[in-house]
Amino acid sequence: MASPSAPVKAAVELRDLTMRFREVTAVRNADLTVREGSIHAIAGENGAGKSTLVKVIAGLLRPTAGTLSIRGEERSFSSAREAIRAGIGMVHQHFMLVGELTAAENIMLGFEQASLLSPFPKRKVRAMVSECAQSYGLEVDPDALCRELSVGEEQRLELLKLLIRNASIMILDEPTAVLTPQETEKLFQTLRALAAGGRTVILITHKLDEVLSVADTVSVMQKGRIVGTMPTAGVSRRQLAEMMVGRGVSLEVANPPHSPGETVLEARNLGLKTAKGAEKLSRLSFCVKAGEIYGIAGVEGNGQSELLGLLAGHRPPSSRIEGELLLEGVPIQGLTAQGITARGVSHVPEDRLRDAVVPEFPVSMNLVLGRHREAAFRFGPGFSREAIERNTAQLVPEFDIRVSAPDRQPLSSLSGGNQQKVVVAREMTRPGIRLLILAQPTRGVDIGAIESIHRKIIEARDRGTAILLVSSELEELTALSSRIGCIYRGTIRHEFNAPETEAGRRRGHQFHKEIGQHIT
Amino acid sequence: MKPSTKTILIPVGSIVAALILNAAIIALTGRDPVAVFRKMLGTTLASPYGQGQVLFRMTTLVCTGLAVALPFRLRLFNIGAQGQLILGAFAAALTGAMLPEGLWPALTITLPILAAMTAGALWGALAGVLKTAFGVSEVISTIMLNFIAEGIAGYLLTRHFALASTVHTAPIRAAAEIPTFWNLAGWFRSSPANLSLLLALLAALLFYLLIFKSRFGFEMRSAGLRPEAAARAGINPAMHALTAMALGGAAAGLAAANLVLGYKHFYEAGMVGQAGFTGIAAALLAGAHPLWVTVSAGFLALLEYGGLAVNAYVPKDIFMVMEAVTILLVVSFSALGAGKR
Repeated sequence: MASPSAPVKAAVELRDLTMRFREVTAVRNADLTVREGSIHAIAGENGAGKSTLVKVIAGLLRPTAGTLSIRGEERSFSSAREAIRAGIGMVHQHFMLVGELTAAENIMLGFEQASLLSPFPKRKVRAMVSECAQSYGLEVDPDALCRELSVGEEQRLELLKLLIRNASIMILDEPTAVLTPQETEKLFQTLRALAAGGRTVILITHKLDEVLSVADTVSVMQKGRIVGTMPTAGVSRRQLAEMMVGRGVSLEVANPPHSPGETVLEARNLGLKTAKGAEKLSRLSFCVKAGEIYGIAGVEGNGQSELLGLLAGHRPPSSRIEGELLLEGVPIQGLTAQGITARGVSHVPEDRLRDAVVPEFPVSMNLVLGRHREAAFRFGPGFSREAIERNTAQLVPEFDIRVSAPDRQPLSSLSGGNQQKVVVAREMTRPGIRLLILAQPTRGVDIGAIESIHRKIIEARDRGTAILLVSSELEELTALSSRIGCIYRGTIRHEFNAPETEAGRRRGHQFHKEIGQHIT
Repeated sequence: MKPSTKTILIPVGSIVAALILNAAIIALTGRDPVAVFRKMLGTTLASPYGQGQVLFRMTTLVCTGLAVALPFRLRLFNIGAQGQLILGAFAAALTGAMLPEGLWPALTITLPILAAMTAGALWGALAGVLKTAFGVSEVISTIMLNFIAEGIAGYLLTRHFALASTVHTAPIRAAAEIPTFWNLAGWFRSSPANLSLLLALLAALLFYLLIFKSRFGFEMRSAGLRPEAAARAGINPAMHALTAMALGGAAAGLAAANLVLGYKHFYEAGMVGQAGFTGIAAALLAGAHPLWVTVSAGFLALLEYGGLAVNAYVPKDIFMVMEAVTILLVVSFSALGAGKR
């Protein structure tokens, strides 16, 4: 590791780097210099090439052309292991942890301080882990089983893994996507401390606030190119946003006044007890009217998933349900997923890759998944190719899905934002839709896509669809919602009515603080 | 590498690797591998009788290959084609023998085939029920059901249905026999290749259309690739698991048309050989694609008959080793290809 007192030099340097996969060029002629001991953010829309760029640095991908230098020395890694030996470590967006092992065991996995067949030096490792954890303020119980840790703890564990392996260049891919605001702040403190200690942090993010609050330098990527690198001091959020999408964006969506109609969805004193007796929902009541967006604000784990599960026809095995869930006056607790959908309910689930798409299928078929029984798409026992092409040709431009060959390209080749647009397009255009349920509709989605998805949500509302919006982004909730319910420990603890929410939209940050008080 | 190139390269690569390894094995037994391979090709592809033998074996393997390929799309590993085929063959022989004389000829042929497919389908569905209702791994249940099927067929044969002082059932009605190409057109000199080949190829085509062109197949593939997303989309993965196992069993049963109606005209113990297990190799070699199953079945049939044909030069046991080595290599290569994706 280089000593922090050495003159400031480049920890990582890329020269004219290009990375091509088959027909797609993910990174084009990138030049990048990352100063030693700095926090360098790489910002850009989803699909701009950020992840590909850092994977080259971390030795996971070999560049098609160009050079990579680490501390002034040209390197060509043939595996991640070599990169680790050169002091480069990466925390992936999806953590690489083994749930059945303890925190300490996970940290030492592949880095055991013992020879084969000799026992795992538990005490020594625990001492090492706690010492390292303490010196960087990364509290993790070394004996806790990994599957019992919270997401924030898991992330601290991943960081500890890198620190113990003595990584001097640490790469974090979208580290805050799954964190609560408090956990995010804590992570940033840690990162600042690490940088102050001479380590170099490369941070991928598309959240502009984060770039400005934690990074020293920012590089903006757009469509595979690095369009600019600058110190964050003196850059505004708006400037960054414009660089990322290449045009002026409105971070706030136009939300014209509207008049809600009849009640579509109503929860009356809804309760849910699991088999183990944990009370996930209790006396939860709210209603969603036609032509309004009911937002549910809350910290994850306060009953949102259970509520969404019930609405999707998923009832945890041997759980007890109380109260009523009514769709246009008809109880829906006992219905299957198909039965609920048939009554005009559309879902955009939280975990789209698992619950909403088949990534191996082409985009065009994902645009009809779950709607494949609709008469319009049928032709005998198969599909009407023409109808599917027409559907694709209509939805791709309407929802601004960036894809070149939708009938051949698998969905997995799209960026996260565009994948989400596919799901939103399919669910919003379901015929006879009465209720649209959106769970974290813009999580992991870039600014350009957020803007277009938000506009579509408002349009659907104006057409008279009832919308239930569950989001952990307070900005999103205030920008879109007609009313906001604050969920805490399985119940709606406070509800902001329409005039309050309308006024809150103009009050911005202050309103967020107010919501914050009701959800913690 | 393009995915299409890879799908070709993996099976071809594994076959080449198997050939090299097999040549080494032959050389170790003290024979000249080139001479053996030449002899093998001479007795199979170069003679009409050999060609017919290969086609006959291929017919059976297409059926058992399909029996494995379809459930594979749902991530179900059907090891039970053997048992499904045994019961199918037994059902076909009994039905063929018991049909009243003078029945409409079309029925006399189709009823035994349907009986075979039904028996296979029920046996496959049984494993499907065990899986969906009780969570029993289909791998274990189908292996066990193979033993049970063999036992049931053996018991019924020796205790109830074998003709006196023989080990086979009564012959089927002459009208139920499926003609060989030799009798019909004079092709493939007196080999057992028969019109069932067309049935098997038709089945492969139907399976292809079902899997890749129908809404049902779309649901099936969705359920296999992403069970959670499929369930959300109103697709019932359990129903599909059940039907896939049943359809697979029916395909295995269809092989009875070839073995019983087209060749032996009765059921005897051991008549299906290892066709159910070789079907696993046929399906894996073809990447569980119904149309490619016909090609891989043809290749394995060539290997199987070629082994018998050069029995005089190379011990049969060595050829069994070679066949198993080929299958092992194919499976390892495919796993490698899947892992690198």
